[in-house]
Formats: sequence, structure tokens, C-alpha cells
Amino acid sequence: MKKVYSRILRIVGNVITVKAEDVQYEELAEVSTSFGKSLAQVIRLSDDEVNLQVFAGGRGISTGDEVRFLGHPMQVGFSENLLGRIFTGSGKPRDNGPAITENLIEVGGPSVNPAKRIIPKNMVRTNIPMIDVFNSLVESQKIPIFSVSGEPYNELLARIALQAEVDMIVLGGIGLKFDEYLYFKNTLEEGGALSRTICFIHTASDPTVEGLMVPDLALAVAEKFALQGKRVFCLLTDMTNFANAMKEIAITMEQVPSNRGYPGDLYSQLAKRYERAVDFDGAGSLTTLAVTTMPGDDVTHPVPDNTGYITEGQFYLKNGRIEPFGSLSRLKQQVNKDSREDHRAIMDGMIQIYASFKETEEKKSMGFRMSAWDRKLIKYGNLFEDKMMALTVNIPLEKALDRGWEILAECFSKEETGLRTELINKFWPKN
Amino acid sequence: MKKKENIGKIVAINGNMITVEFTENIRQNEVAYALLGEERLKSEVIRIKNNRAELQVYEETRGLKVGTEVEFSGEMLTVELGPGLLTQIYDGLQNPLPEIAEKCGFFLPKGLNLHALDMEKKWEFDPCVKVGDSVSAGHFIGSVPEGLFKHSIMIPFYLTEKYTVEEIVSSGSYAVKDIVAKIKDESGKVFDIQMYFEWPVRISVTAYKQRLQPVESLVTRIRLIDTLFPVAKGGTYCIPGPFGAGKTVLQQITSRHAEVDIVLIAACGERAGEVVETLREFPEIEDPRTGKPLMERTIIICNTSSMPVSARESSVYTAITMAEYYRQMGLNVLLLADSTSRWAQAMREISGRLEEIPGEEAFPAYLESRIAAFYERAGLVELYNGEKGSVTVGGTVSPAGGNFEEPVTQGTLKVVGAFHGLSRDRSNARRYPSIDPLESWSKYPSFIDIEKIKKARAILFRGNEVDQMMKVVGEEGTSIDDYIIYLKSEYFDFVYLQQNAFDEVDAATVKERQIHVFDFIIEVLSSEFKFRDKDHARNFFQTLRQMCIDWNFIAWETDEFKNQEEKIRKAVDEVNKNEKSV
Ligand SMILES: Nc1ncnc2c1ncn2[C@@H]1O[C@H](COP(=O)(O)OP(=O)(O)OP(=O)(O)O)[C@@H](O)[C@H]1O
Ligand SMILES: [Mg+2]
Repeated sequence: MKKVYSRILRIVGNVITVKAEDVQYEELAEVSTSFGKSLAQVIRLSDDEVNLQVFAGGRGISTGDEVRFLGHPMQVGFSENLLGRIFTGSGKPRDNGPAITENLIEVGGPSVNPAKRIIPKNMVRTNIPMIDVFNSLVESQKIPIFSVSGEPYNELLARIALQAEVDMIVLGGIGLKFDEYLYFKNTLEEGGALSRTICFIHTASDPTVEGLMVPDLALAVAEKFALQGKRVFCLLTDMTNFANAMKEIAITMEQVPSNRGYPGDLYSQLAKRYERAVDFDGAGSLTTLAVTTMPGDDVTHPVPDNTGYITEGQFYLKNGRIEPFGSLSRLKQQVNKDSREDHRAIMDGMIQIYASFKETEEKKSMGFRMSAWDRKLIKYGNLFEDKMMALTVNIPLEKALDRGWEILAECFSKEETGLRTELINKFWPKN
Repeated sequence: MKKKENIGKIVAINGNMITVEFTENIRQNEVAYALLGEERLKSEVIRIKNNRAELQVYEETRGLKVGTEVEFSGEMLTVELGPGLLTQIYDGLQNPLPEIAEKCGFFLPKGLNLHALDMEKKWEFDPCVKVGDSVSAGHFIGSVPEGLFKHSIMIPFYLTEKYTVEEIVSSGSYAVKDIVAKIKDESGKVFDIQMYFEWPVRISVTAYKQRLQPVESLVTRIRLIDTLFPVAKGGTYCIPGPFGAGKTVLQQITSRHAEVDIVLIAACGERAGEVVETLREFPEIEDPRTGKPLMERTIIICNTSSMPVSARESSVYTAITMAEYYRQMGLNVLLLADSTSRWAQAMREISGRLEEIPGEEAFPAYLESRIAAFYERAGLVELYNGEKGSVTVGGTVSPAGGNFEEPVTQGTLKVVGAFHGLSRDRSNARRYPSIDPLESWSKYPSFIDIEKIKKARAILFRGNEVDQMMKVVGEEGTSIDDYIIYLKSEYFDFVYLQQNAFDEVDAATVKERQIHVFDFIIEVLSSEFKFRDKDHARNFFQTLRQMCIDWNFIAWETDEFKNQEEKIRKAVDEVNKNEKSV
């Protein structure tokens, strides 16, 4: 029987300190306050003093409140019964269903041996040309949507998850606004996907610390299903909220910040989560799609910056479109060679011309004379933005490639495209 | 003669840092094991204060308690050196990952310490000393064939006295743990020599006659590097660049094509997926120079970003120690570290937990000296037998926000011999390799005539100026002479500096071809073309560019190559002739 401690020495921010013995590093405890129970996790041990971060936050905790150590680190129940359920950041039911206590698994366990990974090879089709054609999503990829706030990133996330042919979806929400939470719930329900979805939702009105556990819970469950051979999609939104919660704890613990107040281990902490994306040699896969909102549309802000160094590319969402230039799928070359023979050529060719269009646009705005070629480019650029880039476009890869040829033919003569002659002969629209 | 056990107790835990109270003597940097049930979590002493020591733990510390016992080993952190290192894939502490996978399945277990070398595998040993010969650290006593190489068996580097050979086995099959020789020092003490030994990773190997100045080019077969910013055998270089600019791809192609004997790939705190590409593909790719799989000349050390952070700090030392070991055999070794920023960040994390006074961006004050000391371990040396061996180090740097004005980039630039700075603009424009030809530099000599290089670089700089100017005054406001300089610099960039990493031929350009093609390019760059107007000039250079890019895709020393060259020369001659008659 674990001892109960009822003398809290210090309460600073969301961190409390008690004197206790025989406590494990990262062990969980239960703090009983006058308004309910909260989980807390050991984050530092020093002689007989134990520091814990309290998931429900430090507000209202009394020095006389009880702290009971549970003797184990964070765990989550794992079974088929999780499907269709919604939990909080502490792993408690948020819907009206029962708590899952069977088959507890460790959260944030060991990492995968690189020798047991395989090179990813399957394209995930999203029917979004800016992804499928220009930056293909690949099974087991870890890739965030970089976005300023106000953009429809959650809509995009939900849409990709729904259109992707995966076995199941695990949604981790960190600091979600309540209406965003409802949006996800309704969209998944309408899309008929709720029954193959598990949600761990921390909303903006929940205590900050509780959001810290969400990625770990979601990924632990997702990984376990992947090990059983499932192709799992894990959605994490918004990882900037996660990073901010870490920053808050770090400051409370008086850690020396490295960059704009963020702790020095921000990279390692984010990487530990993102690196769980995996294609197992002989089992299923885990693909991670995240949202990273960029304060002030600044890619060099520590959160997007560190994320970019970790993930396998990013989709850069701006003005309601996936921008071709800031976006990159680092795994696309694994899958765009064998999709259709014109895939790579269309991908490179259309972007190069679009880049020329951008230059022309700039020249135009500076008042330089427009040549005949410039006018062609402007026509092309507008068509490209309307018929390819717009998020309303929803067509399969092959259709999108065909459309690419149509746009080119509408604006240019064959030679002007710079594409290889054999491809032109085969794919150039006939009329 | 079992040593008395030296046991301490944990009194504090903070992340991967534990504080341990001890009673017996301990030493700085010694290895200790935190005893978590059956698991022995490897740790290293990094600070001692009175009766308490701070240790970095090479594993996740979850589950440890105040009071948990810690066993001090008395030994420093070492690696095993001997035949069998090549083709291996190790973690940052030299645990073989494939063997762990076999034993433990999908995940990396805690507290498993395996031999880096196969202790049982037999090697064909051939001695090269006889009884009575005098030997000392680093001397060869024999060799075994290891794949492509003659792997010399050496007197361990820590035996620094003079010795005579007492016994030596005859040719035959031996395992690394077998004793193949006995040697005696001047006082008569006898030492058993096995085919492997251990060496502390943080101490550089100095069992050689002297260090030499690196001057000979290490041919990477990347034109932009070999021609403009060369690397020397035994030299150092760095590749800073923002995320996604192409650092890893650049190192991957270097690891394939560089003209060295052995390549060590140290994946330090980066993505596991990138290592997987190498470890799955290298056994399949044939090295055209040897006809053997590339894996036979490769060692991978991999502490990816989700693995424990302390092991990341030591992984670069693990790697460079193995590099030094093969250098001692007279081989040219290339160590590619991706990314040294992760190593620096690991130091920062540890320093933060020690509550040391932070320097810039919270990096420790000793960051620069650690970086300098690491790159100092590269070098060209003359061995005792007169042969030469080298360790070349190339490290990527991942600066926060892509801004080179930060401690790791700056600390590295102070000590390296070449700087290959990647630019976001170039990678956005898909101009690969995205090494900035205006900003980068090298202190090593190129195999191409320096005067020609100066000429080409001058055109690049002038071309860039014209380009900047045109952005303000437009094409109309630019003189045709300036415009031609701009076209020449773009031409040089597109047909020579840029190189298609995914094309079989273009991916690697041998030295002779670089010299040959560069000569031609210089001819073009020096020609005083006279064009009717800008359109005409642009058309000409566009055609020339296309022809030369096609030329890049044609294999060297083929008829097709010569034909294409003729075609190109004809086009240049023609424009010269026509324009003169205009
Ligand atoms: N030489 C090249 N040729 C063609 N494409 C390239 C080349 N170099 C890089 N790329 C493209 O850029 C992507 C990113 O390159 P890479 O992974 O090398 O970047 P990085 O600088 O290592 O980034 P990070 O710091 O995040 O690790 C690649 O996946 C590839 O699509
Ligand atoms: Mg990289």
C-alpha cells in the first residue's frame, strides 16, 4: 500500500513539492483537492523532496491536500473498445462511456530500433492535388501543417484523414477550442469514421498541463495498433500549444531558456513524439499528421523551426491554399516514380513555370513592361491557382495530372513547357 | 582477482541527470551503472563535488528512485576496436542494432550492453612480427582480411612503453578474443595481446610519428565542392543550412561517391528514416570502384533523435574513435556527422541540468572548445612505418532559424578548413547542391588551376551584382555587356555548379572529367561574345545550357561524350563567327 502524503511544501505555478520516500522518477500520483482529484507526474527528485506537475494545475491546491503515489508511470488502457471513444488529456472518458482499465500499456515507452524499420513506399492519396501531385504524402511519414492562425488547418487535417484509406485514426487535440472539438467530432461522424477513431482531447479550457500528455497517449495507442498490423493515422493539433505548455513548466522549474523562453530540450521533446511515426518491418504503420501554428507567420519561430528540423517536410498553408514553395514532402521521391510516368515531369515542370509566374507578377507590380511571354505566364498562374491550388479542388491524382496538361495546353505551345518530348506526345490534350 | 565493488546511491534525479552519493574513490568520466532491477543503466560521471557526483545516464531514467544503487566501474567510456567493425550499425555507445533487433524485437530495450564485435567469429590471422622484435603502441603485429581491406592487428594504443615480442601465434583462424601474442616491457612484465582492445572515446589516438599538413584533395565527385571549395584528406569542413536545404542529401551522396577507403556515418540526433535508407540500400548498391557493396566500406553510428540524449553527446566520440583506429592502418577515413548541432544541444541540455552558468542561447561556455577539440581529431598523420593515414571530418550544422549568426555555426567556422554554406534561396529555387557559391570558402587547394577558379568566381560575383541591379532597373535598364555577364554566371551555375543527385551519371563527376569540362566552361566564360540584342544573347545561352546539361548526363570517356562536346563547340564557334560578321 502506497503512502499518502498530506503536507505540500511548495506550490509554484503548476508544480507542487512534497517530502516523500521511495518514489520513482516519472511516477504518477493522485492529488485530492476540495474540487476533485487530479493526476500529477514526478518531474524531479532531490533528496527527499519530490516535484510533481499537476495535470489540473496548481490553482486552488491547499498545502494540506493529499498526495497519493500510484507506483507506476502514465499508462493507458488498450483494447478494441477504445474505438469510437473520446478521452481527456488525462485519459479519462470525455464521452459518457466507461473508463478503460483493462490491458494497461506504458505511455512514452522505448523507441523503435532503426534496424526494424523499412523504407516507406506507399502513397497516401488525399485527392488534394497540391499534396498528391506536388508533395505526395507517404505512409509512415511525419509531417505537419504549418499555418498562421485563422487558416482552415483543422478542416484540412480532418479532410486528409477522412479521404486517406487508413484502418484507423487517432486524434490528439491539444488546446483545442471547444467548437473545433465539436467540428472534429461532427465531421468524423458524418464521414462515417468515428467508429474507427479514438480521440484524446484537451480543450483550451482544460488545465494546460493536461495537454502535455495528449501526444504521448495518442501515440502510445496508435503505435500499439500499428504493431497489430493496422495502418494508423495519428492527428495532432496543435503542437504549438504542446510546446507552449512545456515552456510554462520549464519556466516554473527555473530552467534556463534557450530561445524565446523555450527550454533547451524542445527539439528532443518534439522529436521523441514525431519519431514514433514508423513503417514496421513485418507489421503495420503509423503516419503522423500534425498542425503547427506559426505565431506571426514566422517560420523561424522556435516551434516551427524545431519542427521543420524533425519532420519529413511540411505543408505550408497560407491564404487558404497549400503553398508550393514553403511546402515539401521529403518522402515524395519514394512514391512518385511509379505512380504515372508523367508525375515527376508535371510536378517539376508546373512548379518551375509557376515560379516564373511569380517573378512576372512581381515585375508587374513594379510597373515593368509586360511581354507576350509575361502575359502567358499570368494566364497560367491564375489558372494554376484556381484549378490546382484551391482547396476546393477534390480530384484523384490521375485526374489532377490530366488537368495539369490541360492547363499547360491552354496557355502555352508544346516547346514552351520545357517538358520531355515523349511525354508531350503521349499526354498533350488532343483538341 | 575481483575488484571490490564500489557502490553509491542516487540522491537526486533530474531528467537524464542523476546525483549519486559515494564513499570510495571515483574518477571523472568513469562509467557507472544505475541498478534498476535487472537492468543496468549505463551512466558517466561528469562532475564531482565533495561526496556527491553528477552522472549523465545513457538511458531513460524513468523508474529510478532516490536510494537506487549505482555501481561504479572504475573504467572510462570505451569502444571495442578490432576486425568486424565494418558493415556494422551501432548505436551511440557501440551496441550493434541488428543484434539487438534479433534479441529484443521492435524496440530498443533499456540497459542492454552488448559486445560491439563478434567474439566468436574466426578471422584468418597472418603475423608480421617474430619473437624478439621490438614493438610499441600502434605497431602492426599481423593482419586479417576484413572484406576489401587488410585489417592490421596492432599493439593496443594504451601500451605506451617499449616492448619485445615474447610469443606470436602462427598463421591460422582466430577469434578476436584469442590471444595472438605476448609482449614484455623492459621491467619484464608480460602483456597478452588479443585481436581487439578497448579505447576511451574521449581521448584521441596519438600513436603515430607526426601530423602533417592536409593538402591532397579528397575527391567527393561533387563539382561545386571539388572545384570551388575542396576538402582535403585529413581536413575538416562543415555544412550549415536551414531545415530542408539539403544537408543530409549532400552527405548521403558524399558517402556514396567520395574517393576514400572507409566512410563512417554518424547520424547524430536526426531522423531514423534517413539512417534506414542508408542501411537498407548500401548493402544493395555496388561501389563502382571496387565492385563490392558500398556497405563493405561503411560503418553507421546512429543515435537518432528519439534515442536518449546523453548517448547522442558521446556518439560523435564513438564515431571518431573508430575513424582514428582505421587511420592507424594507413587508410583514408571520412567521418560524416549529421548533425553536430544536435550534439551541441545535447551538451546544452546536460549543462542546463548541471545548472552551469549559460553562455549565448543557453549553450555552455565551453561549447567552442569542445567543438574545436572534436575537429582537432581529424588529421593527416605519418605512421611509425612511414605510411600515411587520414581522418577527414565533415559535419552538418542546423542553426536555429537558419541564421548562421549562432554559437554552433560560429564556433565551427573558427576551426574548420572549409565552409559549405547552404542557402534557402538556392534550395527553394531547386538549385542543388544548394551550397552558396558566393558565401562558401575553403582553405584547401583545388586540383583545378587557381587562376581559372578566380576567373569563374569573378563572373559569379559580377553576375550576382547585375542580377541585383536588374531587380531595380529592369532588363531594359541593363547594358548588354552586363546582361551577358549575368547570362554567363547563370550558365556556369546551371551546367557546372548544379548537379543532379538522382541521375546515375551526373551524380558523380570524376576528377579528370571536372578538369576537362571546367576548361571548356572557362573558354565560354572568357569569350567576348557580341550579340545583336539581349534576346539573341539569351537564346544562345539557353541553347548552350540545354546542350551542356545533356552533356552532363552522358558517361565520361564515351564516343557519345565526345560527339556532344563537338556539337557544343560548333555552336559556340558559330555564334562567334556570325557575330563577327554582323
Ligand atoms: N541534391 C539534391 N537533389 C534533389 N533534391 C534534393 C537535393 N538535396 C535536397 N533535396 C530535396 O530536399 C529535401 C530535403 O533535403 P535534406 O533532407 O538533405 O535537408 P536537410 O538540410 O538535411 O534538412 P534537415 O536539417 O531538416 O535535416 C530532400 O528530401 C529532397 O527532396
Ligand atoms: Mg538532414
